[in-house]
Amino acid sequence: MNFDLTEERQMLQDTLRRFLKDRYTTEKRNEILNSDSGMSADIWNTLAELGVIGALFTEDQGGFGGAGFDIAVVFEELGRAGVVEPFLDGALLCGRILADAGDMDRVEQIIGGEVQMALAHGEPTSRYDLNQVETTAKDGVLNGRKAVVMNAEAADVLIVSARTSGGVADIEGISLYAVDKGAKGLTIQGYPLLAGGRAAEVTLDDVTGTLIGEEDKGYALLKDAYAIATVAQCAETLGAMTKATELTQEYLVTRKQFGRPIATFQALAHRMSDLLIEMEQARSAVIRAAGYFEGDTRIRDINVHAAKNLMGRAGRLVSEESIQMHGGIAMTQEYELAHIAKRITMADHRFGDTDYHLEQFIALTQS
Amino acid sequence: MDLSYSDEDLTFRDEVRAFLDEKLTKELSDKIRLGGDLTKADMEGWHATLNAQGWLAPNWPKKFGGAEWGAVQRHIFDDECARAHAPRTVPFGLSMLAPVLQKFGSQEQNDHWLPRILSGEDWWCQGYSEPGAGSDLASLKTKAVREGGHYIVNGQKTWTTLGQHANMIFCLVRTDSTVKQQEGISFLLIDMDTPGIEVRPIILLDGSPEVNEVWFTDVKVPVENLVGEENKGWTYAKYLLTHERTNIAGVGFSTAGLATIKRIAKAEMSGGKPLMQNPYLAARVAQVEIDLMAMSTTNLRIVSQAAAGGAPGVEASMLKVKGTIIRQEINDLARRAVGPYAMPFASEAVEGSNEPLPDPHEAGPVAAQYFNNRKLSIFGGSNEIQRGIIAKVKMGG
Repeated sequence: MNFDLTEERQMLQDTLRRFLKDRYTTEKRNEILNSDSGMSADIWNTLAELGVIGALFTEDQGGFGGAGFDIAVVFEELGRAGVVEPFLDGALLCGRILADAGDMDRVEQIIGGEVQMALAHGEPTSRYDLNQVETTAKDGVLNGRKAVVMNAEAADVLIVSARTSGGVADIEGISLYAVDKGAKGLTIQGYPLLAGGRAAEVTLDDVTGTLIGEEDKGYALLKDAYAIATVAQCAETLGAMTKATELTQEYLVTRKQFGRPIATFQALAHRMSDLLIEMEQARSAVIRAAGYFEGDTRIRDINVHAAKNLMGRAGRLVSEESIQMHGGIAMTQEYELAHIAKRITMADHRFGDTDYHLEQFIALTQS
Repeated sequence: MDLSYSDEDLTFRDEVRAFLDEKLTKELSDKIRLGGDLTKADMEGWHATLNAQGWLAPNWPKKFGGAEWGAVQRHIFDDECARAHAPRTVPFGLSMLAPVLQKFGSQEQNDHWLPRILSGEDWWCQGYSEPGAGSDLASLKTKAVREGGHYIVNGQKTWTTLGQHANMIFCLVRTDSTVKQQEGISFLLIDMDTPGIEVRPIILLDGSPEVNEVWFTDVKVPVENLVGEENKGWTYAKYLLTHERTNIAGVGFSTAGLATIKRIAKAEMSGGKPLMQNPYLAARVAQVEIDLMAMSTTNLRIVSQAAAGGAPGVEASMLKVKGTIIRQEINDLARRAVGPYAMPFASEAVEGSNEPLPDPHEAGPVAAQYFNNRKLSIFGGSNEIQRGIIAKVKMGG
């Protein structure tokens, strides 16, 4: 047992942190947030060159990392800097599905930063249920609607889930298809997101797609990819929470009211202490989710569900308390905390929220 | 980073399991599992068993007769003991006084007192708190005046845990009232049989005779029993407190407590189904289990840092707060899980009648434990004191 990063991961962390500190300033992010595409191709390419995407894949998959801890290191730094480019969806989530399905050509393109991808899986009524798919595919022709699809407008290729057999909630009978942007019958209705980036409602009206992996066996690919994406989301949130806590600590020490730093008021000091305690809990939860990722699947899932539940609770505390302890300044769009707090809260809506993961944890531990 | 145990760790774990299998009697583990009170003989017996194995003092350096285990070994040992419902060791001599003696005591003091802690010859208790000095420990008033080869001690200590069993007490006493509070305190070792000492039990709200008041009237203490330098006692006291807090996360207690809740709630029926299937209870149990999993890792991270040379400072305060919140939540869940049978005053109901209490799920004393463990967030520096320490370290001022 050992809690130190390996030398390689430490280097990756240092490089990323330095680069993002210099290049991904609050002004830069605000500029990106205000742009039409909601992302910077330049940042995407530079980070890809620095190895950010390669670190998300194993050597077999053409990368140089791919373990839980590699993913955690990368996304914690992206979260700390508040990076809005869709590495989680476009690179990790889609890339791991393709790698597991054996589509190594596309994985190579993803690692090189040459292609943008999007996963169109959730539907207007599926909420967080992975097995709920009403969109249909017959002979490679897709019909249906997909909800809140991250990065859909920018994507060169969409991975679309569709039902090829069974009932709408069956685990068996879900298949995945690659659909090119501009395919006939594909409608993408885009919108900006509260916490940065863009998503879209996607309508498929007799759209032709190419099967990824085996027919009817898409669920297993989705489940594994969602598990690693959940770890990444937790790590990203940990980074954002760390930043929020640092900003708040700094503010409490420098802000003076009634002639003294507000950190000296016990009502605030004790609440800050509680945040710091929960930060340690959050870090431990992420370490566990990352560290148990490669082992037994049940242990993996227990720790992933535990982490997402804990991050949901601790994240809400950190985000709300940081805003409250800052006071009015935190209500302004311009101040860095505003974006960070939104990121933390919106993360709860990705890959299952606090309650969803508690329910899954109970199913695994109390049966 | 690597969360798995090494082969050596796994071998050690097997060794601990085999030891517990062989040496921990069912009678003793049942007592722990069902929350019964341990007698002095129970505790002394378990100390002797561990001592024979060389495992009584995991934290002590080998040169003092300790096991000198690393963080992971200690974690494995605590975890296995909790699972097997083994008793905890009595901490006052082993993990409170001993580290102070080893760091600040004289050679003679170490040679004399440490072996007696291991052999069980001495039972130590802690003379810190006073009626007027609780969280504000430095305001203590028990006075020691040097007269020739002795100190003459007068005053009163309180909350002296298991003082009724002790033959020795380590005390913080005031040796100078003219200086800043913290600079006039000394650390004295006092024989409880010395004339002028009176021990009176305080019965706690759960009925347990766990703590005492200790009165000192013109008690003569040989000057050899001063630890370190006169008026430097506050430094030693603070050092002791960080050691006291190293184990304060109570991961073992909570692990065992959680198992108890699950056992009760699987057997207890509610609406024709096991209580464990009640979604509200299930959610609270799951949430505290998730918190405990994370804290167990936090604990390991902090302890390994400390083992690598860093002293557990502010991190110990964090573990104290979180650890006690978790334990108290578990106590509350257990209290609710047993339903109406939380109400009988268990010790009297069991001991005072020939008819055993109808207690199908061995629910016995969980409600009494709930009350008893309100102490967790008060003692060892209340949780508010800990939050103050965290804020001070992290934000200055």
